[in-house]
Amino acid sequence: MRIISIIAAREFRRYYISPIAYAGAAIIFIILGGVFVMNIGFGLPTGSLRPDGRMVLQPLVIILMLVTPAFTMRLLAEEQQEGTLELLLTAPVRDWEVVLGKWLGSFGFLLVILAGTWIFPIIINRFTVPGIDQGALLSAYIGLVALVAALLAIGLFASSLFSNQPAAYLTAVGITLSLWVVGGMRAGSSAFSQAIAYLGILNHYYDNLYQGVIHLTDLIFFASLTALALFLASQVVESRRWR
Amino acid sequence: MIQVKNLSKSYGNFPALSEISFQAKRGEILGFLGPNGAGKTTTMRILTGYMPPTAGSAKVAGFDVVEESLEVRKRVGYLPETVPIYPELSAREYLRFMGSLRRVENLDDRIDEVLHKVGLQDRSESYAGNLSKGLRQRLGLAQALLHRPEVLILDEPTIGLDPAQIIGVRELIREVGTDRTVMLSTHILSEAQQICDRVLIIHQGRILAEDTPTNLQSQLAGAERIRVRTSSDSKSLAKLLGKLPDTEEIKLIEGGVEVSGPPGKDIRPIIARTIVEADLDLLELSASSVSLERIFLQLTEEQNAREDSE
Repeated sequence: MRIISIIAAREFRRYYISPIAYAGAAIIFIILGGVFVMNIGFGLPTGSLRPDGRMVLQPLVIILMLVTPAFTMRLLAEEQQEGTLELLLTAPVRDWEVVLGKWLGSFGFLLVILAGTWIFPIIINRFTVPGIDQGALLSAYIGLVALVAALLAIGLFASSLFSNQPAAYLTAVGITLSLWVVGGMRAGSSAFSQAIAYLGILNHYYDNLYQGVIHLTDLIFFASLTALALFLASQVVESRRWR
Repeated sequence: MIQVKNLSKSYGNFPALSEISFQAKRGEILGFLGPNGAGKTTTMRILTGYMPPTAGSAKVAGFDVVEESLEVRKRVGYLPETVPIYPELSAREYLRFMGSLRRVENLDDRIDEVLHKVGLQDRSESYAGNLSKGLRQRLGLAQALLHRPEVLILDEPTIGLDPAQIIGVRELIREVGTDRTVMLSTHILSEAQQICDRVLIIHQGRILAEDTPTNLQSQLAGAERIRVRTSSDSKSLAKLLGKLPDTEEIKLIEGGVEVSGPPGKDIRPIIARTIVEADLDLLELSASSVSLERIFLQLTEEQNAREDSE
């Protein structure tokens, strides 16, 4: 635990001096701000939109799918590129401790960003009567945290495969988008298409969690996906042993 | 301190190491001499627990590098060939990160100590990315020394440094090598001779020779070539020197000849006398230093010949 927390703390702090982290955070807040202003300005007065704390969450999910891989792409790729992975792994540190520490560090940083997006629901709540449904908002945010945990783990796995950061980014985006579109398979009736559709990452978010219903199965889905991606990442790091 | 037995490592079908064995005692500075691709880095990566061997065993400080990898890593300080630094960390932050991973006690005091030892005390707040190559090398060395390791493994510690820095790093290695085992790799023969107590010559994943630098040198003295230039032409000079009993091989070169003598015997005086007695003007008489390439050539030829006769 001590080693994991040292590595996590270092990665977490690193985001505060990383241009990519600032660019990513800027994209999130500028676009969400724009969407928010448009909704408030055009949607609410005409009555086409009801006051809802979740009004920025749908664009946020799409942005996160494209931006989190940029936060994770360097985590292992850069260490392989610079040779510092050799330094870490010849210290008394286990492979999985490096992987878990890095994931935790990036998770911590994304939690800060997600906490920042809470500003929009607070504003809506303040200026509407009778306010917003806090329960649905909380459930949607819990789902968002679970989704982000999985996205980061997938990004970290992609980063473990390459010493080239753009390659890690594109691979992570590819995996994430694939997991999104396979959700469309549930239109099919066969057991096979239903099984594939189960992998649809956004179905697990929008079906229940976003609606304010916390189902354990959805949380288990995100947790399993996260664990699987982290496991694969540490297997890739360890593969240097038999390559 | 280091015990290696029949160690082999293959990358796919390519054998990087073939059954090498050697030992190093406490307080010994062991040199690993060989051209690029000889297997030096591979051996070091195995000894530091970075990757396991394909076959054979290695023990460092009494612990097996595969079975007790973490125990080995606790006791080894390692400086890889390309110094691994995090450019955005200052020298002090870098050492603090590595020191905390390695559970170094009284870390801040210890950091001051090693920074002082490697001569970086004035640059402790500089970002590692802004340090020159020589200073980065020192920082890497500081990192390797930080946890007071029993065994220090240095991969090409002087590569890419300017002459003054090379001397500095060599002195530093000598100094820290007094109370621990140091294993360093190099492809510079004179460097191995200067710093090491014992030298292993490695080529194509095999150990070709193992001895003290002095013994190795005298053993290889036969490879020494004497270059002679005179006022006479090459052919008649070759003829003249060919009459001497000790000249073994004579090769014509531009404006003179290259002569080799029997191992361990300096034939320069007799050559000089012969030329003067023949009433020629001696323009050059120099021993061309034994190049590493030639030693390898000689050793590999010997080995091939041995294998053929078996």
